[in-house]
Amino acid sequence: MYPAYLEESIHIVEDTRVRRLIESIPRLNELEKADLLQQFHPDYIKSSMRRLLVGVNKGDATPVELADLLEGNSRIDPEKIDPSRPDYNVDVLVIGCGGAGASAALLAHEQGARVLVTTKLRLGDANTVGAQAGTQAADRPNDSPAIHYLDTMGGGHFDNIPELVEVLVKDAPSAIRWLEKLGVNWDKDKDGSMHELSGGGTSRRRLHSARDYTGLEAMRVLRDELKNKKIDYIEFVPAVELILDDRGQIAGAILLNLETEELIIVRARAVILATGGIGRLHIQGFPTTNHYGATADGLVLAYRAGAELIFIDTMQYHPTGAIYPLQILGQLVTEKVRTLGAQLTNLNGEQFVMPLEPRDVVASAIIRECRERGLGLRTPHGEVGVWLDSPMIDIMRGEGTIARELPAMVRQYRRYNIDITREPILVYPTLHYQNGGIKIDTEGATNVPGLYAAGECTGGVHGRNRLIGNSTLDLFVFGRRAGRAAALYAREVKRGSPTLEHVRRWQQELEKAGLARERPLSPRLLPDYTRRGHSHARQEI
Amino acid sequence: MAEQARLIDIYIMGRHVQVPEGLTILTALEYSGYRLVRGCGCRAGFCGACATIYNFKNDPQLRHDLACQKAVEPDMCLVQIPYFPALKAIYNLEKMKADGEKLKALYPDIVKCFGCNTCTKTCPQELEVMWFMTDALRGDIRAVADRSFDCLMCGLCAARCPQGLAPYYVALLARRLYGRYLTPVSEHLEKRIKEVESGRFDAEIKELKKTGGQELRRRYAERDVESALEQSWE
Repeated sequence: MYPAYLEESIHIVEDTRVRRLIESIPRLNELEKADLLQQFHPDYIKSSMRRLLVGVNKGDATPVELADLLEGNSRIDPEKIDPSRPDYNVDVLVIGCGGAGASAALLAHEQGARVLVTTKLRLGDANTVGAQAGTQAADRPNDSPAIHYLDTMGGGHFDNIPELVEVLVKDAPSAIRWLEKLGVNWDKDKDGSMHELSGGGTSRRRLHSARDYTGLEAMRVLRDELKNKKIDYIEFVPAVELILDDRGQIAGAILLNLETEELIIVRARAVILATGGIGRLHIQGFPTTNHYGATADGLVLAYRAGAELIFIDTMQYHPTGAIYPLQILGQLVTEKVRTLGAQLTNLNGEQFVMPLEPRDVVASAIIRECRERGLGLRTPHGEVGVWLDSPMIDIMRGEGTIARELPAMVRQYRRYNIDITREPILVYPTLHYQNGGIKIDTEGATNVPGLYAAGECTGGVHGRNRLIGNSTLDLFVFGRRAGRAAALYAREVKRGSPTLEHVRRWQQELEKAGLARERPLSPRLLPDYTRRGHSHARQEI
Repeated sequence: MAEQARLIDIYIMGRHVQVPEGLTILTALEYSGYRLVRGCGCRAGFCGACATIYNFKNDPQLRHDLACQKAVEPDMCLVQIPYFPALKAIYNLEKMKADGEKLKALYPDIVKCFGCNTCTKTCPQELEVMWFMTDALRGDIRAVADRSFDCLMCGLCAARCPQGLAPYYVALLARRLYGRYLTPVSEHLEKRIKEVESGRFDAEIKELKKTGGQELRRRYAERDVESALEQSWE
């Protein structure tokens, strides 16, 4: 239920609906977009970034929250660990088990590799399950992978790595079919044709969805298939360091049992990092849509092992994070709401941006409306945002559309006595996705032999801004590619003797740069949201 | 100005604490000093990791919800429920037939359901769990798939079922059979896959890859954009 003063503002929004039904806001041209981003997108706040002082990307700028972890101290003491005495010995170790990790594990297994999956939370507790809107694939007759390519490049401001985008768009239709063969329920029309929607920055209707539980639907199927295939997995066991060998190749990883605090040594011929996102670092203090474990661990592990990172200065702030009620602050209000026809309005019920511009553009426009123009609305808890006028969907597409297409959103708001079929939603940008990450080639290979990566922890596919429906696609396309490639590599590689020399060298570099005392332990593993750190003395037990 | 939140009394595993009104069960635990490892996942109502059971100080009736979505209320008594496994059938979807009897064949215990409806009352997604279990008994795969679609697989139904059934696994099997075998094939998808395999778009994409700078920007700006609203929308 909204407080009375917000109910009054809703009446103003209702009054402008007839006008907005026929109103169309023009798309911004490239110059207007660039200007808007420069002025209002969080990536352009220079003081939020600093340049890295050690490692492969020395000199590159990245948010201070990430920089501190990339230049962090190792959690292990190489003198106390013998990497040549493993607890597990496998062909392919997959670190992380969201959509990318699960896809990779299945494909590596299919190639005959002995696979071990390790994950920080449970299998599938990943950003994948929160992906609501859909997965892009250019499969309708008026669409083509070439158009998908152009949309993706434009969305990413033409900085995307073309080879990666080519693979993404060409593999897309077969990724959709692969999932369907595994039993994913795509929304379809009666004749079997895919029921597809537009999204921000897509020039065709190309989003394949499963109601608004798209990522969840894919994840529960992939997880089930891992179990059917009897692929070994361990939960609540994140990786804390990679192991190399004396030839500079990957040789495994050191894992940590979060409950017993035991270290586990895994010898592996190939390692696939599928550790996901960064949201729980709360870049610039933003709330986030991300899951509890999204702390950029894979970037830290890869960086310390000598892998190159790319586009680490750009984050995606999803335009529509919930700001009311407080209980769901920062949680995702899926772009599918705008895809279906909901518009963004200020306190006067006026539109201020075409609702299906790419995400960075819409987010910047919302920030401008609130910060510069002062036309946002303030919640009782002091958050400021704009209206997302969801009832327009049923007005444009007929009663019942919202209930059918957005059951998760309806349910989430109904808990707090807000009926999104009748009342609009208050939103403000929320930290959603890391556009950059570990640099990979079209097979998911990094510059460290035997080290592969897939999904959100990688960079290059999306340039400086990812489009809707291209992240779940990225998981399946590059997860599968990395899984297959890692298994093939594992068959051929001549192994050396495992060593943690790179960790020793890393600590020496930190010392030399005078950073060892200042930096935290990394990877971060989990955020700490308790108050005890602030108000109570703590005793380690 | 932000209002100062009122403090309310709750009980965490028996211990009395005061937390600000407006927190969820999950954030109330954290506010009270618990750094969670288990029982916390997406924090947005999608993964089912934080399924929880609670009651009130003067009302022993057990209630069920997701800790990340449920707001704390005065006199709530919170526990963290331990993990326990449910039985999942192992099967090869590729070699199966979409026969309604498959559900019973792989989960024979579902005939033991005596219709107590505890599962439905337990479901934090408010699904009609008992009804889709009845659909499963009748072998109606399509109905199970549809009714169970919003299932997070949090496991609360299995935790409370007096017969030890795992409705969420039965439902998953039904949805996989439905998606794999019972929806008509998408002709346009099959056609596009063949076209991609035959290299039909290679030249065009190769040309786009070579086209850089202003020219690519011009083409992007001038590309025709299909209407978001489908003409054929019912």
